Amino acid sequence: MRVNFTVNGRKQEADDVWEGESLLYVLRERMGLPGSKNACEQGECGSCTVRLDGVPVCSCLVAAGQVEGREVVTVEGLADYAQHRQDAHPGGGCASGACGTSLDAAQRWQAKPADGRTGEAGALSPIQQAFIDAGAVQCGFCTPGLLVAADELLERNASPSDQDIREALSGNLCRCTGYEKILDAVRLAAARQEEAV
Amino acid sequence: MATTGTPTNITQGSKTKGGIGESTLRPDGTLKVTGEFAYSSDMWHEDMLWGQTLRSTVAHAEIRSIDISEAVAMPGVYAVLTYDDLPTEVKNYGLEIQDTPVLAHGKVRHHGEPVALVAADHPETARRAAAKIKIDYAELPVITDEASATAPDAVLVHEGRDDHHIGHVPHPNIVHRQPIVRGDADEAAKRADVIVKGEYTFGMQDQAFLGPESGLAVPSEDGGVELYVATQWLHSDLKQIAPVLGLPEEKVRMTLSGVGGAFGGREDISMQIHACLLALRTGKPVKIVYNRFESFFGHVHRHPAKLYYEHGATKDGKLTHMKCKIVLDGGAYASASPAVVGNASSLSVGPYVIDDVDIEAIALYSNNPPCGAMRGFGAVQACFAYEAQMDKLAAKLGMDPVEFRQLNAMEQGTIMPTGQPVDSPAPVAELLRRIKARPLPPEQQWATAGEAADVRALPGGLSNTTHGEGVVRGVGYAVGIKNVGFSEGFDDYSTAKVRMEVVGGEPVATVHTAMAEVGQGGVTVHAQIARTELGVTQVTIHPADTQVGSAGSTSASRQTYVTGGAVKNTCEHVREAVLEIGRRKFGSYHPAWATAELLLEGGKVVTDGGEVLADIAEVLEDESVELELEWRHRPTEAFDLRTGQGNGHVQYSFAAHRAVVEVDTELGLVKVVELAVAQDVGKALNPLSVVGQIQGGTTQGLGVAVMEEIIVDPKTAKVRNPSFTDYLIPTILDTPTIPVDVLELADEHAPYGLRGIGEAPTLSSTPAVLAAIRNATGLELNRTPVRPEHLTGTESS
Ligand code: FES
Ligand code: FES
Repeated sequence: MRVNFTVNGRKQEADDVWEGESLLYVLRERMGLPGSKNACEQGECGSCTVRLDGVPVCSCLVAAGQVEGREVVTVEGLADYAQHRQDAHPGGGCASGACGTSLDAAQRWQAKPADGRTGEAGALSPIQQAFIDAGAVQCGFCTPGLLVAADELLERNASPSDQDIREALSGNLCRCTGYEKILDAVRLAAARQEEAV
Repeated sequence: MATTGTPTNITQGSKTKGGIGESTLRPDGTLKVTGEFAYSSDMWHEDMLWGQTLRSTVAHAEIRSIDISEAVAMPGVYAVLTYDDLPTEVKNYGLEIQDTPVLAHGKVRHHGEPVALVAADHPETARRAAAKIKIDYAELPVITDEASATAPDAVLVHEGRDDHHIGHVPHPNIVHRQPIVRGDADEAAKRADVIVKGEYTFGMQDQAFLGPESGLAVPSEDGGVELYVATQWLHSDLKQIAPVLGLPEEKVRMTLSGVGGAFGGREDISMQIHACLLALRTGKPVKIVYNRFESFFGHVHRHPAKLYYEHGATKDGKLTHMKCKIVLDGGAYASASPAVVGNASSLSVGPYVIDDVDIEAIALYSNNPPCGAMRGFGAVQACFAYEAQMDKLAAKLGMDPVEFRQLNAMEQGTIMPTGQPVDSPAPVAELLRRIKARPLPPEQQWATAGEAADVRALPGGLSNTTHGEGVVRGVGYAVGIKNVGFSEGFDDYSTAKVRMEVVGGEPVATVHTAMAEVGQGGVTVHAQIARTELGVTQVTIHPADTQVGSAGSTSASRQTYVTGGAVKNTCEHVREAVLEIGRRKFGSYHPAWATAELLLEGGKVVTDGGEVLADIAEVLEDESVELELEWRHRPTEAFDLRTGQGNGHVQYSFAAHRAVVEVDTELGLVKVVELAVAQDVGKALNPLSVVGQIQGGTTQGLGVAVMEEIIVDPKTAKVRNPSFTDYLIPTILDTPTIPVDVLELADEHAPYGLRGIGEAPTLSSTPAVLAAIRNATGLELNRTPVRPEHLTGTESS
């Protein structure tokens, strides 16, 4: 079958997709976007987390056919996505917790049509930079999924408590870090966002 | 993947920034946060095929026949290989004993053993084709424990063994045996006022690295093959791969691709040979990526163990003697079992002074999944048992468990049970003191004044199983000792090639080693060492491959010591060569060239008094210096096979933990509230990474304390839980805050005084959590992991 959808703000078309192919497979093997990782392909580890119309999902559990006409953001598009949010909602986040990214907003959003990979600016989103600075990256295999989930948390909740962070990231396994530095990174990104307002 | 150090501005004569001791950031960090870092499962080649392994569905059986006809006939299938297609007479491989078949021949010895291979144009086609292969198994009885393995009439897992351990083992189903006898334990026992005995069980843990086993093999024009793969030791793989392919080593060119964690699980071969065989057969690039299910069969696990201990102590709290027997289940193939036995026995006493010991460690051959290297390597199982014993003794003597340990703690100068003196700092009592002195976390953090409890902080968490009723707190302590590097006379060397030249007017160093970066941060540290030794800011880390000499394994906490040592040593020689050029060019202008101690700092040649003699760039101009040198730490020797005596270890590392837990006694749920660590690292080359390693190791120890276990059916030897749904590893909700207290007591024998750090925190974490749960519940708990049924007394079997 053929699937049409938008990835990181760019229209994509995948042909000859098998019935059972996952969104993760299509992104990695057909779109050339290997940033979303394949650690379990059972919805248990969160390494493959992407945003589908703004909502974080395990892309390994989404059948490719389900994304027809929809909007996907992967780690490769995270920097542009965060930049766009910053432009639309300066200061980021939303105290009421009701902000998020609406379906409508997600559909209107367009990443710079670069190569669909990292965005041409090459700048990092605040959460990406914080992961590097806090030492939250070791092998890094869990990192893309965690970044997508953490970025979505910070969009909903500009100053999350530790319990909020734990709750939001509980679907993402990391085997290397012991999570402490991942908590540090999310706190750091939140603090920097606050400072920037 | 080439990675480059971050350039910084340097002022004349200043220290070079980003050297050792600083928390410089990972050179691969940006690639990893943008999704651009190429892990082994991300490799892609035009026109590539996908490989698939067919694995045995039974644990022990004769293979009567294999029918591949339907699989071969499927459209999109390019090759189906079985044992008969192996190209040479060499059909087995192995780390020490070559007992592991590339593809099963005649027999399968464990559930999940590879039997056939398929290459197809889509991974789903390959999977379906593999499912069409028909195998006729005649099942054999399974060996699953010590009793069934060592019975006089036991079926032999490997008939006709001819490895060098067979001469000293009491039964052919025992891979290796190491006794250690020192003093007279029976005689010393007479001095004991109290004696405690214990029988402990350690479950089978999995490394559960997140990046699945994967790689890409590309056939080359000279009939050889290029392999891009995630591994811990390129040259060890190469030695095992080339003979079974029937190729000389030069024709197998290996490059490390991005590694998503390892923890010992990538020391053995997984898909390497299979991908090469398929690529050579089809003439096309072949990629293999295991899914999580297959990954649980694709690598060796941590040895499950039974440990029988006896300790005695006088009433004033001095240990008199120790006797133990440690039975490790190595599973169907030897892997690293012999070395694990050496570690378990030589470290079985723990960081304590006991002059009279009687120790025996063995590893079994069985039809359980093969076990080998995992973080902590034999020392983990022993630490679990001896620390439980320490608590029992302290309780029996009415002493404080920490004071009891401190009273018996080893220190610099202590003689190990192997007769080897500990000749560098061993701050065991001090680590315990620090852990104990730390303020405890507040009680009942889930209680919120006047409101409903914050269930997220309670055992059971969001599943809202309790609001605090029946929740009790406990505190527990543990400390452990781990050796660093490969022991028992192993030639544990590393190689580094360092080049220095001027690029764009700036001196630049390139460091090329075959070290596997598996996430530990070696690439960061190598750049730091080169900056420190060569005074340059810009350091490029060359991709790791087999075009340079071996770096040894990224395991045994050895890489910063040994390959770091090799980089340091080579840099020192490069520095000498650069200074020699300087002397030749400028020696006649300034006497300091001949008389002073010269350094390279901040891009300059400076005297030890700080006087600048020249820019490195002027010295080198368009010359370059390049050296490739091997480096070795001081040698070790084998343990005597009867007495266990010998200077077998290079260095030791020490960590202590304090665990605070809350237990819901009704439901048997445990919440670890805090897990504090104190560890001596000798010298922290990169403090940020050091803390990260210690927290990561601690969390793996926590995992095996309360949830992680591969469950093997004792009747069929089949694995019951090969998935992340059923094999649980700690999530961020299961992991508490992990405060880390780092000591730096230099080891004068090691480069910069450093101590290997990666493994020690995995040892004491588990017994500390167990001790805390015992403290909270009053239960004996002699197995790990602890599951709810052990806490509620509702265990069924
Ligand atoms: S790969 Fe999708 S959740 Fe693990
Ligand atoms: S950094 Fe390796 S899994 Fe998280």
